[in-house]
Amino acid sequence: MLFDSEIIQITFLSLQVSAIATIVSLLIGLPLGTWLALGSFRGRSFFLSIINTGMALPPVVVGLVVAITLWRSGPLGDLHLIYTPVAIIIAQTVIAAPVVTGLTAAALEAMDPRLQQQLLGLGASRPQMVWYLWREARLPLLAALMAGFGSVISEVGASMMVGGNIRGQTRVLTTAIVLETSKGEFGTALALSTLLLVLTYLINLALTWIQQRGRKADWQSSPRK
Amino acid sequence: MIEIRNLLIQRNGRDALKIDSLEIHRGETLAVVGPNGSGKSTLLLALARLLKPASGEVVFDGKSLSRLDDLEYRRKISFVFQDPLLLDMTVEQNIALGLKFRKTPKEEVHPRVWKWIKHLGIESLAKRRAGQLSGGEAQRVSLARAFVLEPELLLLDEPFSSLDPPTRAKMLEDLSALLAEDHRTAVFVTHNLNEAAKLSHRIAVIVGGMLRQVGPARQIKAKPADEAVAAFLHELPR
Repeated sequence: MLFDSEIIQITFLSLQVSAIATIVSLLIGLPLGTWLALGSFRGRSFFLSIINTGMALPPVVVGLVVAITLWRSGPLGDLHLIYTPVAIIIAQTVIAAPVVTGLTAAALEAMDPRLQQQLLGLGASRPQMVWYLWREARLPLLAALMAGFGSVISEVGASMMVGGNIRGQTRVLTTAIVLETSKGEFGTALALSTLLLVLTYLINLALTWIQQRGRKADWQSSPRK
Repeated sequence: MIEIRNLLIQRNGRDALKIDSLEIHRGETLAVVGPNGSGKSTLLLALARLLKPASGEVVFDGKSLSRLDDLEYRRKISFVFQDPLLLDMTVEQNIALGLKFRKTPKEEVHPRVWKWIKHLGIESLAKRRAGQLSGGEAQRVSLARAFVLEPELLLLDEPFSSLDPPTRAKMLEDLSALLAEDHRTAVFVTHNLNEAAKLSHRIAVIVGGMLRQVGPARQIKAKPADEAVAAFLHELPR
């Protein structure tokens, strides 16, 4: 049985690690996806195929690789990160970054390529051009952010393997649900699941509201012919 | 003002445009005509330094573009594409875009933007979002967005080709008046020889990726330089 204070702590930790992992993924995925979409270099298609494969990475495989890397005898063992929230953030970033990168690249590739030339032809510097392309693609880019967040808030395999599901330290909502189910505490597991669903819904509702705000003006009056 | 010397532009590994020599004088409107895929737009992209030459050079005010900073040069010019390519923002914000790129002081932006909004008769559209405009309205905004920059060189790539004939005629008239009044150097790509004759001082004919002839419309019609030019003129609607 879980106490209220413990549920609050688990919920807060879940949101904290997934939010940080999503933000780090955005910081990696947005520039990397932009570079892949706008660049023309050798091996670009190969790189894109790797990222697209990364979008379907099984969390347990990520958990295994990150666990081996952070294990005390592993290459980054000296950092003593295994079974800490930081380890969960690292694993979740590995899961979400390809999602954000791949969807960013897809969003920018779907735009009219002449828009880049038009912005440059109006005197935009390259950073200004990229900024305005992001602005134009803000709806699919927010969808990329939502997909990235969705992929980590709901995963359990990696968090379990690298976090260890330690009470009061690395227990998050998904790992707590697994534990309660294994103990036969279905009522608690169901309550935690409902809490996870409601939280995910509220966060996506907020992001969807931001996403659709820009659409509203166009939607309210149809284009004139 | 602009000199093109032995220019070769390649696209996708193939020769897309060859020009031995072409001069564009300050204050002149040069129309570029030719069939589809002949290299007209390639010329504009090369003049905007959006395509780099495989060999040869484009000289602007005595300096080769390869020696000028790309951004600094592009801020002297302005490009209008076939499609308006407006951003998802208001008309006013779209027109101010190039000024924003140049970090023009805010107190200067508003009067300049409104000067061209009035000039092009789009006052009622100023607060509308780009997605709510008709094709003709959007193209007017696109012209205002280019003219507000007061560029030394204006590049226009078939800006009216997607418009219906009455709107197209009206836009052409407006552009013709603007260019005449403004004495701006412009290169205007079109399919239509009559449009070219109406707007420009001289016409350059490009066929099959090569500049074939440059001269006033009357001369080109009366005396095509070669068979390719004659064939192109022959295929044009009368």
